[in-house]
Amino acid sequence: MSTQVRFLTKNFGAYDVSSIGAYMNIGGFKALRKAVTMDPEDICTMLSDAKIRGRGGAEYPLGRKWSQARAVKGENKVIICNADEGETTTFKDRELIKNDPFNLIEAMIIAGFVCGATDGYIYMRAEYACYRPILLNAIRQAKNYGFLGENILGKGFDFNIHLYSGGGAYVCGEGTALIRSIEGKAGRPRMKPPFIKVSGVFARPTCLNNVESLSLVPHLLLDKDTYMNCGMGESIGTKLVSVAGNVNNPGVFEIPFGTTVRDIIYNLAGGLQHDREIQLIQFGGASGKVSDASILDTPYTYDDLRAAGVMVGSGGMLVIDKRTSVLDFLRMNQEFFSEESCGQCTPCREGNLHIKIILDKLAKGEATEQDIKTMGTIAKVMSMSSLCGLGETAQNTLQSAMKKFPEVFDLGGTQA
Amino acid sequence: MNESQEMVKLTINNIPIEVPKGTKIMQAAQTIGIDIPHLCYHEDQRIKAHCRLCSVEVTGKKRLLAACSTEVWEGMDVHTDTQIVRDTQVSILQLMLANHHKDCLSCPRNQNCDLQRLCSRFNILESHLPSVVKEEPRIETNPSIVRDPSKCIRCGRCIRACKDVQGIAALTYAGRSSDIVVTTAFNKPMEATDCILCGQCSLVCPTGAIVEKDDTQKVLDALQDNTKHVIVQVAPSVRVALGDAFGLEPGAIVTGQMVTALKLLGFDKVFDTNFGADLTIMEEGHEFLHRLNNDGVLPMMTSCSPGWVNYMEKHFPSCIDHLSSAKSPMSMFGAIAKTYYAQQAGLKPQEIVTVSIMPCTAKKFEAARPEMGRDGYQDVDIVLTTRELIKLIKYVGLSIGKLPENDFDSPLGLASGAGAIFGATGGVMEAALRTVYEKVTGKTLEKVEFMDVRGFDGIKEATIHLPGRDVRIAVAHTLKNARKIMEQVKKGTSPYDFIEIMACPGGCIGGGGQPIGTTNAIRKQRIAALYEIDRTLPIRKSHENPDIQTLYQDFLGEPLSERAHELLHTHYHKVDKPYQFD
Repeated sequence: MSTQVRFLTKNFGAYDVSSIGAYMNIGGFKALRKAVTMDPEDICTMLSDAKIRGRGGAEYPLGRKWSQARAVKGENKVIICNADEGETTTFKDRELIKNDPFNLIEAMIIAGFVCGATDGYIYMRAEYACYRPILLNAIRQAKNYGFLGENILGKGFDFNIHLYSGGGAYVCGEGTALIRSIEGKAGRPRMKPPFIKVSGVFARPTCLNNVESLSLVPHLLLDKDTYMNCGMGESIGTKLVSVAGNVNNPGVFEIPFGTTVRDIIYNLAGGLQHDREIQLIQFGGASGKVSDASILDTPYTYDDLRAAGVMVGSGGMLVIDKRTSVLDFLRMNQEFFSEESCGQCTPCREGNLHIKIILDKLAKGEATEQDIKTMGTIAKVMSMSSLCGLGETAQNTLQSAMKKFPEVFDLGGTQA
Repeated sequence: MNESQEMVKLTINNIPIEVPKGTKIMQAAQTIGIDIPHLCYHEDQRIKAHCRLCSVEVTGKKRLLAACSTEVWEGMDVHTDTQIVRDTQVSILQLMLANHHKDCLSCPRNQNCDLQRLCSRFNILESHLPSVVKEEPRIETNPSIVRDPSKCIRCGRCIRACKDVQGIAALTYAGRSSDIVVTTAFNKPMEATDCILCGQCSLVCPTGAIVEKDDTQKVLDALQDNTKHVIVQVAPSVRVALGDAFGLEPGAIVTGQMVTALKLLGFDKVFDTNFGADLTIMEEGHEFLHRLNNDGVLPMMTSCSPGWVNYMEKHFPSCIDHLSSAKSPMSMFGAIAKTYYAQQAGLKPQEIVTVSIMPCTAKKFEAARPEMGRDGYQDVDIVLTTRELIKLIKYVGLSIGKLPENDFDSPLGLASGAGAIFGATGGVMEAALRTVYEKVTGKTLEKVEFMDVRGFDGIKEATIHLPGRDVRIAVAHTLKNARKIMEQVKKGTSPYDFIEIMACPGGCIGGGGQPIGTTNAIRKQRIAALYEIDRTLPIRKSHENPDIQTLYQDFLGEPLSERAHELLHTHYHKVDKPYQFD
C-alpha cells in the first residue's frame, strides 16, 4: 500500500532548526543561490509547469500569481506569507514552520527576488506564538549570513522579513483582512478592487502566499524531477494533508496526489478508533464540504475530489464516526462561523446567525418546511453575495450536507 | 459626457448601453432608469460594499457582483432582475428587518427611511425570520443627537461621514459577527467623546438609528401657551434647503413662503437670523480690526459654527484664544431679542420664547450653553433643525411651493446680502471683508464679491490689500480641512491673519440638520441660491443695514462697546474627555 513521500517534508528532523549552519550543511540556501542566477520569469514558468495551486484553500495557480506580481508596476513590493492557518482541522503549516523554518525563509527570499519585492511579512496566527522564537531566530541568522538585508548574494537586491502575530481571528486568513491586521487596523476584509496585488499592505503591491505554497519552491528549484514524477493527471506533485477526528493516528502526511482517501484514512491515519464506521468526512476545513464514506476510493486530486462534491481546500480532512450525528456536526460548524464572521456585510453577519437558529430548531424537532427552505436560500445568498471568501464559503459544509445527507433535512411525517 | 473619454459598451438586462470607462454598474444602470437597490452606498462617500443589496448577476461570473463597487467592462452582460438577484435582495432585507426595531410609527424617520422604502418596493410587509434585535434603549443624553442602536443596520455610512468628512472618527465598528455594533469610544455618550455634535452622521444614516433630538413638541406647546410671546428666527441656509422636502428643485429659494408658513404656524413674530449675521459682522469685523491694530491674538478665527467651536474646545484647547469672542448670529439675535426687542415690545424677557430654525444639530447644544444667556434665561430657548421645521409645516398641512409669500417682521427682520451668504462656506469671510474694507479705507467697495473665497474647495485663501498692510485670509469647511489649518496655528506657523471655519461640508447649507438626502451636488445648488439672494438684495453690506444702524444708535452704542460685549460676546473653554490618547 502507498505510504508517505518525503519531498516537501524532506528536511523534517534532518537538521537542528535553531542553526543556519545545520541547514546549510544539508543543502540550505542552494536553491536561493540557484534562483538568483536564473531569469525570474523562468522560475514562474517552472511553477506553472508544475501546476502548483495555492495551498491555502483558494487553489489559485502559484506561477500565474508570481508572474502577475512581477508585472505589477510599483515600488517597495511586498511578499506576505500567510501563516494564519485558521481552518479547523488543518495544521500542516505549523509542521512546516516548526520543522523547517529556514526553508520557509529561503522560499520567501526567492519570492522576493522573483517578484521584485523589498519586504516580506510573515503573518502568523496568534495560536502559534510558541513558534515565534524559531522564526525570529531563523530571520536573525539569515540576516547575519547576508541572505537578508542589502545586496543579497552580491546580486544587488535587498530584502527583509518581518514577523507579525495575528490577533486571533479566523477571518484574518482572508487576504485583505490579514493586510488590515498587519497595518494595525481591525482585521476585517475590504472590498476588491483594489486587488492586493496592486494595493496591498500599506498600499504597496503585495503578493500573498500560503506557507505550504512557498515552502515548495526551494525544493522544486533543486529537484524538479521528483516533484513532477509524483501525482496524477492535472494534480502534479505532493500535498500535505492534515487528518483529524476519530482516527487512531491523526497528523500531517505528505502524499503524492492520487493517493486514495481510503489510503490516507486507513493506512496513514491508522483507521477509525475501535473500527467504528465513518459518518462523514469534511475536506478542507470548516469552510469545506462533506462527503459520506462513498468517497473512500476516490483519488486525492483536485479534479477527482471536486467531481465527488468536495475539494482539496486547505488540505484538512476531518473524519467523524457514527457516534456524532450529521446535524450535531453541522451545528458545531455553524457555531464557529456565527462567531467568526467579521460582521461587516449583511449576508454573512445576519445569515450565519439565522442558519444557526434554524439548525437548533431542527435539532429540537421544531423546524418547519419553510425553515429548511429559508435556510437553503440564505445559504445560497451568502455564497453568492458575501463581501469576502469567508461569507462565500461559510455554508459550503451545510450546502454539501443538504445534498449528501438529505434525510437529515427531510421532516417527513414529523410535521403536523 | 467627455468626448475624449474612453467608452465601454455593455448590456444591462439586454439593453445595450455605452458609458465612460471607470463607471460602476450602479451608475451605468441609472443612465437607463434602472435603480439598483442599495443602502450602504452614498454618492459622496468611499464605496464600502457592505450591505450587498446591490448584488447583480454578470454573465460568466460564478458569484454575484456588487454594483456599487464593480466597474463595467467591454462586453459585460449584466442582469439585475434574475431569480438569484431577487432572492438576494429580498433575503438581505429580511435579514436586516429581523435585526431591526420595526416600530415605524414611532420612528422619526417614518416615511423618510431607506430601509422602509426598499421593503415597500419589494413588497416585504414583515420578516418571516424571527427577531434577533437586541433590546437597547435610545441614547438621549445630549441636546443635539439621539442614537437608537436597535435601528442600526451597520451600513457604516455614519462612520465614513465622521471619519472621512470630519476627520474625527467618533463612531466606529466594535465587536464582530452578529455582535458587531456601531458605537463610540468605550461606548460613552457621544458628547463625552471626540464627537462635536455636527450631525453629519444623522444626515447620512439611512434609517432612524441616528437622528436629531426632536424639539417640535416644545414649540407646539409654546405656541399654544397664551402667556408666551413666541418669536422665531430662521438661519440663512434654511430658505434654500426647505423646498427639497416639498418636491421643489434643490436650491429653490422659498424665503417668502417659509415666512408665511411660520406665520400660519402661529408665531407672534417671524424674524431673520440674517439680521443677527449682520450684527455678527459688525462685532467680529471690529474685533478683527482691534486685534490687528493692537497686537491681538492672530490669526483670528470665526466662531459662528458651533460644531467648529466644539471641535476647538475638545481638540485644540490651547488655541482657543484665536476664536473670535463674538457670539454666533443665532445667539446674538437671541440676546437682542430678550433685551432690546423685549424693551421695544414692552415685554419681560421671561415672557418671550425665542425659537431658532437652524440647519444644524450643534446649535441645540450651543443654545443650551450656560454662557448664552443671563439673569436665569437663555438667549435662545428652542432650536429646531430644518428637518424639524419640515415636520411642523407638514403637521399643519402646508405645501411650501404653493404658499403666498410674506415679508419678515420688523425690526429684526431686515438683513443685507452679506447676512444671507453666511450660509455658504466663505460667506462669513466675504461679509466681514465687505465691512472691514470700507471701515478701514473709508472708501466704497466697487465690487462687493470676493470670488477667491467662494466655491467648494476644502481650503481657500486670499490676500486683501488694506492701507498699511496686507491681510491674509483662509476659509475652510469640514473639520478634516480645519485640522490642517489648526496644526499650523498650534505650531505658530500659520501664515494667515483671519480664518473662517465651518464644520459642515459647504457650510451651513450642508449642515447636519438639513433635509435627508442632502448631497454635495445639492449643497452646491444651495450655495448658488444664496449668492443669488445676495445679488438681488438692495443692501449688501452689514454696516449699511438701517435697522442695525438704529440698534447701535439706540441701544448698543458702538461695536465692541461695554453693552455689546455683555450681550454679544462670550468666551470658550477647554472641554475634557473621559479619556485622552494624545
